[in-house]
Amino acid sequence: MTAKQKWIQLGILAVIMLALPAFFPSGYYYRVGALIYVNALSVIGLVVLIGYAGQISLGHAGFAGIGAYACALAPEHLGLHPALAVLLGAGVSALMALLIGRPILRLKGYYLAVATLGFGILVSMVLSNERSLTGGPDGMAVPDIGLRPLLRDMGLRVSGGEFWYAASALVLLLGAWIALNLHQSATGRAMRALHGSETAARTVGIDVARFKLQAFVISAVYASVAGSLLALQNGFITPDVAGFMHSVEMVTMAVLGGVGSVLGATLGAAILTLLPQVLTVLADYEQLVLGFVMILVMIFLPLGLLPSITARFRGRGV
Amino acid sequence: MTILEVKGLGISFGGLRAVNDVSFSVKPGEIVSVIGPNGAGKTTLFNMISGVYVPSDGSVSLNGEDITSTPPHLLAARGMTRTFQNLQIFHDMTVLENVIAGFHLQERPSILGDLLSLPAARRRSAAVREKAVAFLEKVRLAGAASEQAGNLSYGALKRLEIARALAVGPKVLLLDEPAAGCNAVETEEIDTLIAELAKSGIAILLVEHDMKMVMRISNHIVVLDHGEKIAEGTPDVVSRHPDVIAAYLGTEEEPAHADG
Ligand SMILES: Nc1ncnc2c1ncn2[C@@H]1O[C@H](COP(=O)(O)OP(=O)(O)OP(=O)(O)O)[C@@H](O)[C@H]1O
Ligand SMILES: [Mg+2]
Repeated sequence: MTAKQKWIQLGILAVIMLALPAFFPSGYYYRVGALIYVNALSVIGLVVLIGYAGQISLGHAGFAGIGAYACALAPEHLGLHPALAVLLGAGVSALMALLIGRPILRLKGYYLAVATLGFGILVSMVLSNERSLTGGPDGMAVPDIGLRPLLRDMGLRVSGGEFWYAASALVLLLGAWIALNLHQSATGRAMRALHGSETAARTVGIDVARFKLQAFVISAVYASVAGSLLALQNGFITPDVAGFMHSVEMVTMAVLGGVGSVLGATLGAAILTLLPQVLTVLADYEQLVLGFVMILVMIFLPLGLLPSITARFRGRGV
Repeated sequence: MTILEVKGLGISFGGLRAVNDVSFSVKPGEIVSVIGPNGAGKTTLFNMISGVYVPSDGSVSLNGEDITSTPPHLLAARGMTRTFQNLQIFHDMTVLENVIAGFHLQERPSILGDLLSLPAARRRSAAVREKAVAFLEKVRLAGAASEQAGNLSYGALKRLEIARALAVGPKVLLLDEPAAGCNAVETEEIDTLIAELAKSGIAILLVEHDMKMVMRISNHIVVLDHGEKIAEGTPDVVSRHPDVIAAYLGTEEEPAHADG
């Protein structure tokens, strides 16, 4: 991927973000859009971990939980501004990823999957059990980030939905830019190289353990920031954000869209965020249809949606 | 002036003594070949020298410093790298990116510079890219630079591996059957390239089954059979050595080794 392709991808993303509201039937869809962008952000983190470095995690919702509860807890207990709590959460997540990543990234394949799974479960259990602090399974309120009054003073009146749509879009663009930078860089190349062959990566001097760890920490920060944004825009948070189902959802979005591709990740997040909204009419069968769609995609488009589609276009000899 | 010295190297897998008490040395600019029948222990020997396996006996030194069981990525930093008998390619990366990856140590990636695409990181990447293209030209793969490596033919991938190894800037280069699966023209090219590399001062340790090539380009040959060094010397001496002829043609002596 060249620098030009990077800017094209970011351009496509920005144009979609700007154009989409024109098609919204109601203000409610700003909320849905914001949710898509937040999900896409954590999925881009997994693109770095799974797509670039070839390592799996079934516990990344744990980092989303840390980011979310940082925003719920830090303003009240540490007197931190909610916006700074996002950074605090990211810092704690990075530190946590550094500490647990070192031992568990020595594991491969399903051993690594189980170890990360354990981490995710641990975080959600702590969040559920520390009732005095987190309110337990019932969840807790998250303070307002307080930026809308600031905008209003500057003469900009936006609804909560509009504000979070724009804020999530901006953070997602930033996240996409960083992940695309990484892809082209020496660090990203080292990650992709060890994904291809750890043996060969070592012979060119790549410290495999170090670059796996970097990918893990980076993806943890993405998940954490996404968790923070989710908490802030909902104004309320429960331990489900750190739960196993959320981890699985993240990996599924990544794989569905195309795990090596930043735009694909966004597409995967969009589809899996929208599908349940569309399928509510099917009520009880929602999960069934969702599972079925995913099986079909994996059978017929094993690279994920976006890479499979682009490959098909190229195959036609443009 | 020895650059690579192997002393009494040995390793066992379960009950199998794959390599036993092998010693030899390589000087800068010299081509030393390791030959022997299938399963003689050549690749295993390479794996011990290059830090992939930890030997159970013996030592390896590079420039007089002990490097026994140093991990491969640190050996690369000390100037030793290798290619593989069973290709080890970054299949999902482009041909050019495979070679650029060889410049990893020279590029010295900084995580912040790379995430934010800072000018210093971009400059280093651009400089390395040009050098990588030059190495691709050397192995006549420049035309395929932007292709996905996985799409290349076997012979082309063999050459790509060599180009990637050269990008590391090695003082000692281990080549495990670089001409295997290549046609006569490609073999000739690899042959010329290896001679050229040696002339530039790189110490080459070579495993190759193509005897014509080995005899033509080697300064020194080490013969392995059943993990043991059975002969050593110039191509002339080795090709006339009775044990070598026996090992390759299989005389009455053979069964005595085989039950070991
Ligand atoms: N990791 C391992 N575990 C068990 N046995 C091994 C291992 N690696 C090599 N061996 C055994 O050691 C012996 C030497 O194998 P090696 O691959 O070094 O031979 P070689 O000389 O490279 O052969 P070829 O010419 O076919 O490449 C063989 O009997 C092989 O089965
Ligand atoms: Mg071999």
